[in-house]
Amino acid sequence: MSIEISNVSKRFGSFVALDDVSVSIPSGQLTALLGPSGGGKSTLLRIIAGLEQADSGSVRIEGVDATGLPPQKRNVGFVFQHYAAFKHMSVRRNVAFGLEIRRRPKAEIRERVDELLRLVHLEQFGDRLPAQLSGGQRQRMALARALAVEPTVLLLDEPFGALDAKVRKELRDWLRRLHDEVHVTTVFVTHDQEEALEVADEIVVINDGRIEQIGTPDELYDAPANDFVMRFLGPVTQLGDQLVRPHDLVIHTGDPEPGAVTGQVSRITRIGFEIRVEVTTGDQVVVVTLTRTRFRALDIEEGRRCGSGWRPRRSLTRCASVEEARCRSRHAVTTPSGR
Amino acid sequence: MAERRPGRYVARLIVVVYLFLLVAWPLFLVGQNTFDGGLENLRSIVEDPDVVHALRLSLMVAVIAVVINTVFGVGISLLLVRYEFPGKRLLSALLDVPLSVSPIVVGLSLVLVYGGRNGWFGPTLEDAGIQVIFATPGIVMATVFVALPLVIREVVPVLEEVGDEQEQAARSLGANGFQTFWRITLPAIKWGVTYGVVLSLARSLGEFGAVKVVSGNVLGETRTATLVVEEKYLNFDKGGAYATAFLLALVAVAAIVVVSVLRPKEEDR
Repeated sequence: MSIEISNVSKRFGSFVALDDVSVSIPSGQLTALLGPSGGGKSTLLRIIAGLEQADSGSVRIEGVDATGLPPQKRNVGFVFQHYAAFKHMSVRRNVAFGLEIRRRPKAEIRERVDELLRLVHLEQFGDRLPAQLSGGQRQRMALARALAVEPTVLLLDEPFGALDAKVRKELRDWLRRLHDEVHVTTVFVTHDQEEALEVADEIVVINDGRIEQIGTPDELYDAPANDFVMRFLGPVTQLGDQLVRPHDLVIHTGDPEPGAVTGQVSRITRIGFEIRVEVTTGDQVVVVTLTRTRFRALDIEEGRRCGSGWRPRRSLTRCASVEEARCRSRHAVTTPSGR
Repeated sequence: MAERRPGRYVARLIVVVYLFLLVAWPLFLVGQNTFDGGLENLRSIVEDPDVVHALRLSLMVAVIAVVINTVFGVGISLLLVRYEFPGKRLLSALLDVPLSVSPIVVGLSLVLVYGGRNGWFGPTLEDAGIQVIFATPGIVMATVFVALPLVIREVVPVLEEVGDEQEQAARSLGANGFQTFWRITLPAIKWGVTYGVVLSLARSLGEFGAVKVVSGNVLGETRTATLVVEEKYLNFDKGGAYATAFLLALVAVAAIVVVSVLRPKEEDR
């Protein structure tokens, strides 16, 4: 185990940021600390880096007790959400900073900086100032700067949080490929479950200063330890007293199957390739998502608004029966066409 | 872009006239009076050893005071912006005292503490061979006191704006406290520091009230340039007074002009 966190607690005034947290982060992997804002994940990362001191507990990095070490002695690379670029230095000098501090020979520094700039695709931008780079380029520079000192662990605090959606997606693909190339133990903080599921080997879900669950993306998605993890990792909908994923439900329009829950289609929304169907069953609104192909085959339409509430128009409405029939791990909703 | 209305020109005119009457014209007249009889006035003061000594003393005191105020100013600014401690607001308020208290009060209070005969601490120092009041150390102290907040008030907002993420990044890359300060913090605040230094220099050169009380105004020893101006003016040597005043103003204005020219525009930073 590369990073060993034992019984770490941290308070800011009366706010408990971390409450007796213990976690082991494996070597050479990409681990995500996932959770809502204010849940303590950034604090944990900053405690690993030494930028914050834990009130109690210990941190070991590659077997070395780092609890009392200042950040400069921990040999960690840290990437900030807002880049923290050294504004008065060129991109090259930014990347070279850690090596210059370590008094490496000039030729070695030059060679290493060239290599890193190639790695982050900034070889043409070496002489620019950070202000002349785009957000994505600045963050790649910050990554190169952190990697330059060959850190034992690379820590990224919401690294793509300040970037727009498209660049964010590109950069996280790129981070995954980079990690497959460099293999440095990497921990990154995110509140975006999609980002964590897509990039990480292992996910630590943190909420309210406590760890909710640790596992691979598949484990977390398929077997969430509790409702919080279930809700946080993807869309959910309530069916009876059960929390299920909308895409695990099936709609039938035939006769109600035994045990099926029946209801009425109250709303249909198209979001790109998927269709969201809201089925009202008694006092509950169940959300079902399905593909366009499946949606067309079902031939369902929503009732029209008329007067003060939803009032179905005879020819367009279907009576929906929603059933919970497990098909492996899948739940089913049936919407029969009975009128 | 706002449309060009006559009101804007009127407002501009008022500002220009106001500054002209209050600052530019009086300063210009000092220059004009200096060169009344050609270079005669300037030559007479440059050839007077007592005046030259006073100018040297003023410059030396100003430079020492600026160095002290810069070192402490940057240090206190870092303390105020980067650290939390009880009494921080009180300290911040105390730092403005030198701006609000009349310099003559500063002078008197220094005499009360360091005065050679009746001072609270003065006789002890004098026994140890250190004379403060009526000597250069007293003049330096009075000057440091009155110019104390200038560097701090310039540097604090810059430090706040820059934030501490760059410093944290430097620490995580292996830099120790001094390296972080020297390579990251100082370059980031250098224009704030420079401007503070220039303002302090101008203020220190021009200090009159506090220095008059603590220096004793001994000709050729503790008489500074500003005291020379007063002395000559009272003794009806107006030419000499204007010439000395002109030199003082010249140094201060030159410093501010040089910095304004060198200072990069906001967008270039």
